Amino acid sequence: MPQPRAGQGKNLFQKVWDTHTVRTLPNGQIQLFIGLHLIHEVTSPQAFGMLRDLGLKVPYPKRTFATVDHIVPTDTRAEPFKDELAQGMINALRTACRDFGIEFFDIHSGKQGIVHVIGPELGLTQPGLTIACGDSHTSTHGAFGAIAFGIGTSQVRDVLATQCMALDPLKVRRVEVNGKLGLGVYAKDVILHIIRKLGVNGGTGYAYEFAGTLFDRFSMEERMTVCNMSIEGGARVGYVNPDATTFAYLKDRPYAPTGQAWDAAVARWASFASDPDAAYDDVVKIDAAEILPTVTWGINPGQAIFVDESVPSVATASAEQKASIAEALEYMKLKPGAPIKGTKVDVCFIGSCTNSRMSDLREVAKYVQGRRVAAGVKALVVPGSEQVRDQAVKEGLDKIFSAAGFEWRDAGCSMCLAMNPDKLVGDQLCASSSNRNFKGRQGSPTGRTLLMSPLMVAAAALTGAVADCREVFEVEAVGA
Amino acid sequence: MALAKITSVTGTAVVVPGDDIDTDRIIPARFMRCVTFDGLGQYAFYDVRFDPGTGKPLNHPLDRPEHKGASILISGNNFGCGSSREHAPQALQKFGIRAVVAGSFAEIFFGNCTTLGIPCVCVSDADRAKLAQAISANPALQVSVQLKTLRVEAGECSVPCTIKEGARQALGEGQWDAIGLLLDGAKAVSALEAKLPKISLVSLS
Repeated sequence: MPQPRAGQGKNLFQKVWDTHTVRTLPNGQIQLFIGLHLIHEVTSPQAFGMLRDLGLKVPYPKRTFATVDHIVPTDTRAEPFKDELAQGMINALRTACRDFGIEFFDIHSGKQGIVHVIGPELGLTQPGLTIACGDSHTSTHGAFGAIAFGIGTSQVRDVLATQCMALDPLKVRRVEVNGKLGLGVYAKDVILHIIRKLGVNGGTGYAYEFAGTLFDRFSMEERMTVCNMSIEGGARVGYVNPDATTFAYLKDRPYAPTGQAWDAAVARWASFASDPDAAYDDVVKIDAAEILPTVTWGINPGQAIFVDESVPSVATASAEQKASIAEALEYMKLKPGAPIKGTKVDVCFIGSCTNSRMSDLREVAKYVQGRRVAAGVKALVVPGSEQVRDQAVKEGLDKIFSAAGFEWRDAGCSMCLAMNPDKLVGDQLCASSSNRNFKGRQGSPTGRTLLMSPLMVAAAALTGAVADCREVFEVEAVGA
Repeated sequence: MALAKITSVTGTAVVVPGDDIDTDRIIPARFMRCVTFDGLGQYAFYDVRFDPGTGKPLNHPLDRPEHKGASILISGNNFGCGSSREHAPQALQKFGIRAVVAGSFAEIFFGNCTTLGIPCVCVSDADRAKLAQAISANPALQVSVQLKTLRVEAGECSVPCTIKEGARQALGEGQWDAIGLLLDGAKAVSALEAKLPKISLVSLS
């Protein structure tokens, strides 16, 4: 493995890591300071329980922020929730935040939402930070040039009690995508394509630095979509170097600095970007033009094909892939060798920390305006946060979706992992803008998920089957 | 906090075949509607152990009488991928699993297991097949994961394994739960924290 040589520049990961290194622990790991800690109701109540058992305090409560997202109902949010267990979880988090002095963005606060949507929109997520959250999609925040780790509950406890984690450094792979995307091809297709090429475990041990002219032109929301799914490629951390696009996004956000402090912050943030002569452990280059609208057909996000390709068959698979393809085909009940296009869908879900932001909703609304969801298809649009919800309503997008036959819902994780009442039933097939197509992921042990971009989900909703959004909508030039 | 020094795990083993077994499979999300980890053991691998329609047992390896009480889980590549939920290793531990042998592990899962004192060791496909064969021939066979010699032993069958050196040391020295070490650094943390920018509402800054 090539290592950085003396005199060479540093990449962003190394700079942020070094800035937050407290010390080397006796076990050889690094004690890393966590600048920003985000918590939610699923993985933190147990951590607070551990703190209480150990008699520990939270020394830096102003560096932790809480919200509730996974279990929140998206139809009616009247309390008590019908699900007593869900009510118990939100109650536990409210109590813990009060007891330990932690800011909580509760439902109806106007700031609640999926933790990976609200961190950026509130300006909490800033370049050069180390960020941790008990959720694997924490990699999303890397879009700002932060190093953001998904962690387990014991580590949530560690961060609450010490503001630190014990970690080994990661290697860094630069994933460079150059060129322009074709019409109807989105950031979601880019990350699905990267995972397909590098594998669902190709990133194990690495942080992914997403770079190249495509990422230079990408908006912050597009960068977030890609970084969000780094973990689906095995990379715990994904990031994009901070630039003018990053700073423009953060300007005037509630938690972003102002005045002179803003200028100082921008200078500091910019200094974290990888040096032009930075060394990497690996570099992968991809041509943006080769990426087409992508759909998963299997039971992990790497089992993906272009919309004009066919479902693989065991017969034509390599020896090492035969077993996993057979397992996936059996579960998905798809016909080997058949085109994915035309596969009938039962449910369409637009939402999740991957694709539930304003740019996603605006893009879909632009194309579904005046059209109708196919008969028999249940279609949901779930905004990522109360701010996204309110902005969408202000722009009249809710009315466009409703008129087209989509259910317009309140903010939360919803049917991405179905911890709330939004679930697939039986072996329903769902076209989904979320991030995981694992067996049973969307709430039914036999439910089936096809991952795709929001506009591809909309194309499936309107036609009742997997369809090429470029054909259904006569897509105009969009994105980067 | 004095933690056990874990240099080996010995017990009977159970093979759960398959690559890319994700943490949703290990513990479906609906069982995470809880505020403690108590009682999660019964839900480990639930949706592949019980028929979703009838609730009847599906004769999953974990439920076969010959594997009752197994404490070593053997599986495929990229074990524990997906969600960071610590509920997954917690469920396995509460089910009785004390060590996991796989082709490779997803990173967050590996860290979560280590923090709970569950060694996760990697063994090649060919050598896991040998172990599986030995266990299939004699399910009562005592299997031993040896972290000092980095071998997995099952009767006549002895194969090499690997584990991140930091985790091996942490387990062997009884430092696998890092909180004690992290708390010891409080002074240095405070000094570093004072140098770093705060995160505060504009109206308060």
